This record gives sequence, C-alpha cells and structure tokens, in this order.
Amino acid sequence: MDKFDTLTGIAAPMPLINIDTDMIIPKQFLKTIKRSGLGVNLFDEMRYDDDGNEIPGFVLNQDAYRKAEILVAGDNFGCGSSREHAPWAIKDFGIRCVIAPSFADIFFNNCFKNGILPIALPQAQVDVLMKDAEKGANARMTIDLDNQTITTSEGEVFAFEVDPFKKHCLMNGLDDIGLTMEKAEAIATFETAAQQSRPWV
Amino acid sequence: MSPKTLYDKIWDAHVAHAADDGTCLLYIDRHLVHEVTSPQAFEGLRMSGRPVRAPEKTIAVPDHNVPTTLDRAKGIDNEESRIQVEALDKNAKDFGIHYYPVSDVRQGIVHIVGPEQGWTLPGMTVVCGDSHTATHGAFGALAHGIGTSEVEHVLATQTLIQKKSKNMKVEITGKLRPGVTAKDITLSVIGETGTAGGTGYVIEYCGEAIRDLSMEGRMTVCNMAIEGGARAGLIAPDEKTFEYCMGRPHAPKGAQWEAALAWWKTLYSDDDAHWDKVITLKGEDIAPVVTWGTSPEDVLPITAKVPSASDFTGGKSGAAQRALDYMGLTPGMALTDVEIDTVFIGSCTNGRIEDLRAAAEILKGKKVKDGLRAMIVPGSGLVRAQAEEEGLADIFKDAGFEWRLAGCSMCLAMNPDQLAPGERCAATSNRNFEGRQGRGGRTHLMSPAMAAAAALTGKLTDVRDLM
Repeated sequence: MDKFDTLTGIAAPMPLINIDTDMIIPKQFLKTIKRSGLGVNLFDEMRYDDDGNEIPGFVLNQDAYRKAEILVAGDNFGCGSSREHAPWAIKDFGIRCVIAPSFADIFFNNCFKNGILPIALPQAQVDVLMKDAEKGANARMTIDLDNQTITTSEGEVFAFEVDPFKKHCLMNGLDDIGLTMEKAEAIATFETAAQQSRPWV
Repeated sequence: MSPKTLYDKIWDAHVAHAADDGTCLLYIDRHLVHEVTSPQAFEGLRMSGRPVRAPEKTIAVPDHNVPTTLDRAKGIDNEESRIQVEALDKNAKDFGIHYYPVSDVRQGIVHIVGPEQGWTLPGMTVVCGDSHTATHGAFGALAHGIGTSEVEHVLATQTLIQKKSKNMKVEITGKLRPGVTAKDITLSVIGETGTAGGTGYVIEYCGEAIRDLSMEGRMTVCNMAIEGGARAGLIAPDEKTFEYCMGRPHAPKGAQWEAALAWWKTLYSDDDAHWDKVITLKGEDIAPVVTWGTSPEDVLPITAKVPSASDFTGGKSGAAQRALDYMGLTPGMALTDVEIDTVFIGSCTNGRIEDLRAAAEILKGKKVKDGLRAMIVPGSGLVRAQAEEEGLADIFKDAGFEWRLAGCSMCLAMNPDQLAPGERCAATSNRNFEGRQGRGGRTHLMSPAMAAAAALTGKLTDVRDLM
C-alpha cells in the first residue's frame, strides 16, 4: 500500500450531503476484475452527459480542480454500498484525502486499506475548508498526518483525530494481512477452543 | 458479571486477539462471497501464494450480474459480466469453497441463500463483500458488509480487524396496523434517525412489533440497518428463529443441535445492559410509507404530500431540492398522484416467499395497469419453486407480471434489468440513490404489498384502499 505522510495539494469543494457510492462509481464500472483504471469514471453520472461529454459545471471538470488531490464534502460521505471500487476510483483519479463532517463506516474503513486518508471534522471547520477549496488551484491545503493537522491556504491550522493503529499502517504503508499473519498462533488457538465450545460452526 | 447486550455477547465470543488500543481480531464463522467484490481478493491471494484459511466456512454464489430472464442457460451476453461470473466459477473451484453456480436451483441472492441453506445461524459472525450482509442479523448473528481488501483478509486469515461499535436499541412497541409491514418499520426507523444516525453503532431491534414478525420480516428490517448508517442490525433469536433453522441443510443435527440450542438461548440483551442510544417507535403509529427523494431517509406516509426544500434546514435543504429536481416532483402534490412506469418486486430486502405472498394477495384476480412494466424476481431458485408450488406464480403471470429467475436484478441494475432515463419505478429494493436502477431512473421504495398496489393503479397507492 502507498504510504501517506504529508500532502500539499488542490482541494475540490463538493458541498453536497449524502454523496453515496453509486454517485462515486456507478454500478456499470463494478464489472472489472481489476483495481486500477477507475479514475476516469469517478463521479461518472455527475461528470459526463449521456453522450460521454464533460459537464462543464461539475467541479472536477473545471481546470482549477482537474489535478485535485483533496476532496472537501458534506455529511455522510460514502454512504451506501460496500464497493471498494469507490476508494479505488478516488485514488486512481489522484485524490488521497477526503474531508467531511462524517463518513459512512464501510467506506471510511475501505479508504485506509488503499492509502487514502478520510478526515472527519466538525461542520463549522469543514465550512471554512470548503470556502478555502472554493478559491481554486492557487489555494493549496496541506495535510500533515504525523502531526494530525490541516493547514489552509491562509495558514489557518485545524487538528484532526485519527485512530492510532490506522495512522501507523497508513504512514508506513503496511499490509493488514501481513500484520494479522503475525498473530497466526492466536487465531489457531482461538479456532481450536471454538471447535470445542461451538463444534457446529 | 456485568450485564451485556446481545452484540457484546457475540463480540466477546469471537475475539481471537485484542491489542491494548482496543483493535481486535474478530474470528469470522461464515464468509459469503459473490462475483462483484471478490475477484480482486482472490487475485491478491494468488499473487501472495496464500490459500483460503477456512474453505469450509466460505460460501460463494453469483447474484449481481446474472440475467434473470428465462433463457439465461444460454449464457451472459455482456462480456464483462460473463467474465466476472466465470472468475467466481474458477475461484470457487481453485480454492475449494462451497459454491452454488447459476445452473443450481439453490442459486439466488447471497443474503437469501445463506439463511435458506442453514449457513447463517444464531450467534455467528457473518461477513460478505456487500453492505446488505446486515440481513443475517435477523438470526441474532453479527453480520456486516466489508470491502474487497477485507474480503481478502478474511479469506487469508478467517478474521477481521475491528474495533467495537457502540450499542443502539431500536424498540418498536405494540402492534402494527393492517397494511403495515416490516419494510414500513425499517423505512420509518431510517426516516427517524436519518441515513447517518446509525453510523458507528450496531443496532438491536426489539419490542413486540419485532417479536411478532416472521423470520422473513425480520430479515427485511435488518437488511436496511446499513441504510440507517449502522454496519449491523440484530434481533435476538427466539423460538421462531430456532424453528426456521431446524432441518436446514447446514444447520447442526442431533446432539450438536441440542448443544447449539442451549447456547443460542443465552443470546439476548440483559435487562440492565448499557445502551449508547435508544430509539422507540410505536408500532401503531407506523403507516405504509414510500420514499419521495434520492436517499432512504426521504420517507413519508403514503397519505402525505411531496415536501419542498424549505421544509428542511442546513445541507438537507439543498439536497432536497436536488432530489426533487432529479425525481421530477412538485412540492405539495399528493404522493398518491405520482404516476409510475415500472414495478420491481424482489431484492435481498423483499425477495423472500412471504414478500411474494403479500404481493399475490393484492394481485389475485386483478390486472396490472395498461402499459406498465412489472416484474417479480424471486430471491432464490428455491423461493421461485415454492412460489410456483403455492400457485403464486400463476397469480403474477395472470396479472401481467414477468416471472423471472433469481438474482439481484433491478435493485442495482448490473444486469440488463434497468430503468431508462426518466422512468419511474415502484421498487421493493433498498436504495433510491440517483442512477441506482439505471442512469436517470427514479426509484420509490416501498413494501411488496404497496408495490403490488401501485402496479394495479399505475400510481403510488395506499394499499389499505385495496384491502
């Protein structure tokens, strides 16, 4: 997994609540058996018309935001399906950090497995960051995971919370499966005991 | 011993390792797999040379992409869909996991097949790369959706890295009124909490109205826990649960059944257990409901009028306006004046035998409104067979419904069952998101009885007027 340390980049504003996984990556793109190549279809139905032409009003179609690496969005981002294609598409587009007042659980979790940092902040702080993002390509935000801070283009600093274990994995690009394999003995012990206590499983 | 919730008890019975910071390895008893969210996970195993740790606890079935037309034995036209299903065929064989291929009569939607075959049992941990895994919580199993990286993690280690969620109690007191169903309960709860209200929680549904529900109804309620933001919904097992499980192909038998039953009977929340949040609805206050917007929280009694954006505050006001525009609705119009083009009865929310019985009761001896497209997609081949045996299929066909083979179908429109832009559908599925049933398609969620009523009139309809 790609490491996440600090990131300075353009933030795209999406002031919409309940951005669901069907919006992030519609189902016709779930037929792939690969993880890569989904960025071009990120937010497909908001981004392209029926003929596949770009819809100029959509934020990621505006020149200032084509290279956005951060997304600032409304409440309950990533609600809906468990499809990991959503973070795969976000990552493939080039976005490494999503900031919103809240996230749906499964999406939130899926982000960390893919080197994406989701940050939940109070609405008032997201409002400030949204305004900053609306300034366009000249206004770059900096995310510092080690120090858990976001710095706006104006130099205003916000602290954020992150689960220490998830932070550790993200900063070091650690593979969950490898980490769990180190605890194989504990799993085997549990399995043996469970076979005794719940043999029907 | 301190009092525990049902969630606490199942959690405690499955912690294989706990780190100091509360990060746990939760042992997984059943891993359900379908073709859309698994190919990358199996590929990951191949690349790292890892086997499936517990193939005997891993069950796969293709459901999302499969055609539901009667000629599906000829194969899948769409190349990508076909490749995905073929990949599951191969992965199931290569890794030695239980498999119900498209040609098997037991094939169906993974969340219907699991309980039907007795894979899902009380007190288990159940995961699947699908958010509607919450369905299995109806058995008092801790069941939730996971992403593909976690699918690979479970395949490789039979565990999941988890931190414990908070406990929420949702109590539905008293009795439901006629015409009100499990679907109306679960939608009404989401209307109350909002789609983010359950984020970070595991919900336990309880109360007389929940106890009164059949296992099918309980699965409908738990299925949509995720739509309220909760990863899992639970209902404590009782005699109905045990009766449903008994004799199923993979349920324990003989002495093992007795041992299992003894443990299952301890699976309930203690009287003085701690709840982080409690919500109570009165059963008699719940009406038949429909959704008007593009989020499952946009729910109203069928007797209500379409709201306006100014009825909401904050971010919801803008979202409501966007939803009204997308849905092509005018504030103030009666919901019962909204005309529909399509009716879809099926999905892991409402594709079980009881759902089909409820629809048949409304449709018996009647005809679908002229020009309307109506389809019933049973949740599994066995549900389909049972409906045929009970004479329900004839009622549907006589009424003018298409009678399909089992699959996810128009719930998420990955197969050819889709809405055209602007088409409006009365659907028994679980999500009314923009584009969910086809680009530009408009979805109104409701119960099977309400969808059947809409099929007869061509409009959103109060089923109580037809009873």
